[in-house]
Amino acid sequence: MHNLFAFSTQLHVGSTATPEAVQFWILAPLAVAAALGMLLVKKAVHSALLLAWVMITLAIFYIAQGALFLGIVQVVVYTGAVMMLFLFILMLVGVDSSDSLIENIKGQRATAITAAVGIGGLLISLIGRATLNHPATGVESINANGNVQGLAKELFTKYVWAFEVVSALLITAALGAMVLAHSQKIKSRTSQRDLSISRFRGESLATAAGLPGSGIFALHNAVDAPALGPDGLPVQASVSKVLEARGDMIASAPFERTDIQEEEK
Amino acid sequence: MSTAELIGADPGWMIILKGVLIFVICVVATLLSIWAERRIVARMQVRVGPNRAGKFGLLQSLADGVKLALKEDLIPKAADKIVFVIAPIISATTCFMAFAVIPMTGKVRILGHTTAMQLTDLPVGVLYVLAIASVGVYGIVLAGWSSGSTYPLLGGLRSSAQVISYEVAMGLSLVAVFIYSGSMSTSAIVDAQNKWWFGVVLFPSFIIYVISMVGETNRAPFDLAEAEGELVGGFHTEYSSLKFALFFLAEYVNMVSVSALATTLFLGGYHALPGLGFTETWLGGWFTLVWFFAKVILFFFLFVWLRGTLPRLRYDQFMQFGWKVLIPVSLLWIMVVSTLRVMAQQGASRTVIIAFTFGILLLIFAAASLFERSKERIKKESAQSLKAFPTPSFPVPSLTASLTNGTEEIHD
Repeated sequence: MHNLFAFSTQLHVGSTATPEAVQFWILAPLAVAAALGMLLVKKAVHSALLLAWVMITLAIFYIAQGALFLGIVQVVVYTGAVMMLFLFILMLVGVDSSDSLIENIKGQRATAITAAVGIGGLLISLIGRATLNHPATGVESINANGNVQGLAKELFTKYVWAFEVVSALLITAALGAMVLAHSQKIKSRTSQRDLSISRFRGESLATAAGLPGSGIFALHNAVDAPALGPDGLPVQASVSKVLEARGDMIASAPFERTDIQEEEK
Repeated sequence: MSTAELIGADPGWMIILKGVLIFVICVVATLLSIWAERRIVARMQVRVGPNRAGKFGLLQSLADGVKLALKEDLIPKAADKIVFVIAPIISATTCFMAFAVIPMTGKVRILGHTTAMQLTDLPVGVLYVLAIASVGVYGIVLAGWSSGSTYPLLGGLRSSAQVISYEVAMGLSLVAVFIYSGSMSTSAIVDAQNKWWFGVVLFPSFIIYVISMVGETNRAPFDLAEAEGELVGGFHTEYSSLKFALFFLAEYVNMVSVSALATTLFLGGYHALPGLGFTETWLGGWFTLVWFFAKVILFFFLFVWLRGTLPRLRYDQFMQFGWKVLIPVSLLWIMVVSTLRVMAQQGASRTVIIAFTFGILLLIFAAASLFERSKERIKKESAQSLKAFPTPSFPVPSLTASLTNGTEEIHD
């Protein structure tokens, strides 16, 4: 959509410099290919990467057309923050997970297609109304007092209401996300201090210096072999509870010191 | 003529020359700074450090580089091959790009042309550096993801979260500079500091920038993405040979470029120290290069000093510090700065400005004393609650007689 827009404005102005045209014909096919690839590749991270590439090419287009601030902010905000957040989520979800194609919400596809067509129509009509029969002013006249200054003047005088409304919308969205993601804690989280107090002020000081490591004094020093205490008996607390729950613990009997009992006999 | 016009008039060969010079400066700076870091940290830990290769061990990092290049280049079986190769390339190319907008000297003459040692001057130069830095982090995050193993993935995750949180604080610390200089171009910011450095005028911004720049470059005490003690090597665990060398290069070039940006924004850029301005007029434009690098080296020393002094932060402490301390403090500071700026521009009298500043200071002191008091109260309460516990006894394991005998035998 943006590429199309960039192209149409170029036609309108009709005075594209050769370097800009060369840059456009090299980068535009790459951007379109990346955008198509984004839809077609299997791995989510690959498509996130391709999307980042599309964003960067768009930024280069903006800069080439004189919208320096917009181009740089595009990279800082979209590539730097939004896509990074996407990547963070994708990595949290897992490396190999793929999308399931089962519809959870009834009629989701139909709704999505209707909404997409609606938004597309809205955008096309808006852009059409803004560009058709309106001769382009040309970027030179807009940037006459500097690109940033010109933009700031427009934003904070003519469009200040729209600007404020959009920022209020964004803040509402952020607050909404926080409220939705917030969960009331049933009990307060044990801090390092609490843990320390419970170690030293409990009934016994046996674990004051931390739990014993696995395999100590045993005949086998693997993580799943319990340590042997001074009395020669296995200390079950030395093996991680996770291993125990997973059933990955090996029987400790073969690694215990049997010579104690024999000597006693 | 302003710096922007001066640079705009550069012929093509000059642009190429400057580009090559920036590349050379960055690479040589990396070699020297690795050596310097190892020597300085060694001195701090009462060791000698590398002193074998070349005079004072100066060639040590060159030797290490050659050794790295000759090592076997491994790509793990589980790795995503394309992304695994692209990641170090992204890291190593973006780190050089930030240097393009850094003004290193005032007006100088190169082969009969008057110009300034700055590759290009954008009206949004500082934002450009931020943009490049945020693309550079992709290298680290993708390296972590594409390695196909757990520790690098954790490193990459940490790095992406770190960047999202600390870039906000960094951006906010720059806002005050923009407000005071009235520009986002690096050369204009340097020009705006000919009387007072922003490091003095906007001291809180300076501190916030310095903290977040350490966070952005993944350096100790914020080196959670590669935390040797926890994550083996973090994002670069699976990398070897030249690909690893590229990450190494990127880290040090990044350090130099954030130091250069800090110099430009807060320490008056290439200008001489206050009171030594005559050096610029007497010794010519090239001497400003000395001042510039002196300040950059100062920041580099700070990086090394921090690494030699502070232990690594725990991850949740790091995030809490970023979101609950740095960002609110910088937001409040920006409000104060912009109020003062508007007052000055609207022609408020000096008494009003001073009264406003004192009012703010009073509020800060009041908040601080309230905070201290609540901290003391919590301390007292927890001391009381500790008394409720009984004093525990030491556990003495029951030793069997034979075992005791056995140990005695060993002692004999």
